[in-house]
Amino acid sequence: MDDQEGFLVDLGNLLVVDKRKAGLSPSLSKEEVTRECLARGEQALQVLAEKLFSIPSTPDKAGPIVQLPAPTLQLPREKPLPKPRPPTKWEIFAQRKGIKKRKRSKLEFDEQNQEWRRRYGYKRVRDEKDIPIIDAKPSDEIGTDPFANRSAQKKSRVAKEAKNQLENLKRAAKFGGKGALPSTIQLAATSLPITGTKETPRRINKKEIGFAAGLASSSTASGGKFDRKLEGEKQAKHVGKHRKFLPVVEGSGIGHQELQQSQRVLNKVLGASSNDILDINKAVNVLNVQDEKRAHKAKGDGKGKRKWTSKKRSIGKNKFRTK
Amino acid sequence: MLGVVKPKSKRGWRELEKRAPKLTENVKKVLLLHGTSTSSTVKGVLTDLYRLKRADGNAIKYTRKNENIRPFESGGESYLEHLSQKTDCSMFVFGSHSKKRQHNLVFGRMYDHHLYDLIEVGVEKFEPIVMFGGAKKYAPQEGSKPCLVFIGEGFEQEKELMHLKEILIDLLRGEVVDAINLGGLDRAFICVAEGNKVYFKHCAIRLKKSGTKVPRIELIEAGPSMELVVRRHCLPDEELKKKAMKVALKSSKPKVKNVSRDSLAGKVGRIYMPHQEVKNVSRGSLAGKVGKNYMPHQEV
Repeated sequence: MDDQEGFLVDLGNLLVVDKRKAGLSPSLSKEEVTRECLARGEQALQVLAEKLFSIPSTPDKAGPIVQLPAPTLQLPREKPLPKPRPPTKWEIFAQRKGIKKRKRSKLEFDEQNQEWRRRYGYKRVRDEKDIPIIDAKPSDEIGTDPFANRSAQKKSRVAKEAKNQLENLKRAAKFGGKGALPSTIQLAATSLPITGTKETPRRINKKEIGFAAGLASSSTASGGKFDRKLEGEKQAKHVGKHRKFLPVVEGSGIGHQELQQSQRVLNKVLGASSNDILDINKAVNVLNVQDEKRAHKAKGDGKGKRKWTSKKRSIGKNKFRTK
Repeated sequence: MLGVVKPKSKRGWRELEKRAPKLTENVKKVLLLHGTSTSSTVKGVLTDLYRLKRADGNAIKYTRKNENIRPFESGGESYLEHLSQKTDCSMFVFGSHSKKRQHNLVFGRMYDHHLYDLIEVGVEKFEPIVMFGGAKKYAPQEGSKPCLVFIGEGFEQEKELMHLKEILIDLLRGEVVDAINLGGLDRAFICVAEGNKVYFKHCAIRLKKSGTKVPRIELIEAGPSMELVVRRHCLPDEELKKKAMKVALKSSKPKVKNVSRDSLAGKVGRIYMPHQEVKNVSRGSLAGKVGKNYMPHQEV
């Protein structure tokens, strides 16, 4: 874009932008508004014309032809960029082995007809119609038609080729993404690839079997404690803490142990140092980690490192004594 | 080939190739349609926009009303996306009229037949092409590449006006060419932004003689003249924008044709002669050049 006293010119798009104020007051009549618009338009177009006519031009009947530069203002595309076709099975093999394509000539000399003929198509080199005699081989069975044999073999070759082509297209449709198939070809309903991932069945290990068995055995009304066990089966391991229950009756009145337990709890809650129970630093850290995790999830997978702009809770004035 | 659906005619093949994604894209086609209730103003605008973009089949206008199109609502754009796929149109102008939004136009763009961005505009004061007589003598040729003029600081400062500017450029610029004939510059679109209003004018260019090489430009109003007010707009999603703005890496070396190397002759090129009608080559007048006994060559 070129700047000339507030004009931006984009020659590739034949675009002029006049950055100055329009200056159309609402009091103007319709004709005055039109006149003002056209006047400003003429001004802007004059700037454009000066730039256009200054490009070296080639003369022509209707007027000078001028080479425009590429447009400066980029506009969004209407369709995605075309993706290269995924390689076929043969192409992958050829690349691996280093086999290169060779260019063949259009015509070949046909020994039988003693003339130059096309490689394929009408009046081609090795046409089936041109073979007059096929010599019998000692391995040939009596009664088989060698001509029919040849045509049958050709049919099977062509069918195999077609099958391979179809497999290549199917593979391209399945793994190549949206633009893999050429735009003119669609797969028929019978040959559409089966979408969805097929999980390979995994071998389950001893620990997992034990875990599953344990789950199953303990999912009874009594937690698997009183079920009849098999020969040699051991009692399931107790997972988790062992709870200690205080005796309900210990002498007369509230038992000594229960009293002690209650007293301990009361002292903790109502005591002078009860505020020390809460570890401020730990609490703040826990909350910050929660926030970070939430923010990370919301942003999704990002490539590369991101600057964290999450607001961390400040600990502020330490009103509390920290441990 | 079994298991594959291919077009049955060459024409069908060509149509599908036209719609395929390409490196250098086609001109964006516009779909002009209206909803269940419209006004004569809106219908007039759609007709005129169709006339402007009709050349080379770059515009498709639907005359019937279309229900359930609400571009600004999620789910309301699915029918538009279906139509975009069917007609291969990447831009649409949807007209409607209601008490709340009078003489309403929604300009929209599609990326890969999915909604890319939208802008809603109200039309106040519309004058159709027929009122101007199309600039009579200096009427611009159909399908000529226009010059685009945007006047006013609003087009550089206000978000909605910047968005409107981009969409109007996309709508009106036509084909991107690398060479033009300066004698063929015959139309210009002028947009003037004042406050929240945009005055839209279409003019024919008349190149007048000036003392210098650069001609003096005179504008004659032709075609539609509108006063637009921007209402709502919907900018594209950041990720979608990145995808749509991708540019293909151009290979710096252009392909050189008709050059081959021969071990004997070195660098070789072929000269292709056009067909010559030797019989009809003029031999010129023989008057005064031959004698009485001249016998012209007889064709066997």
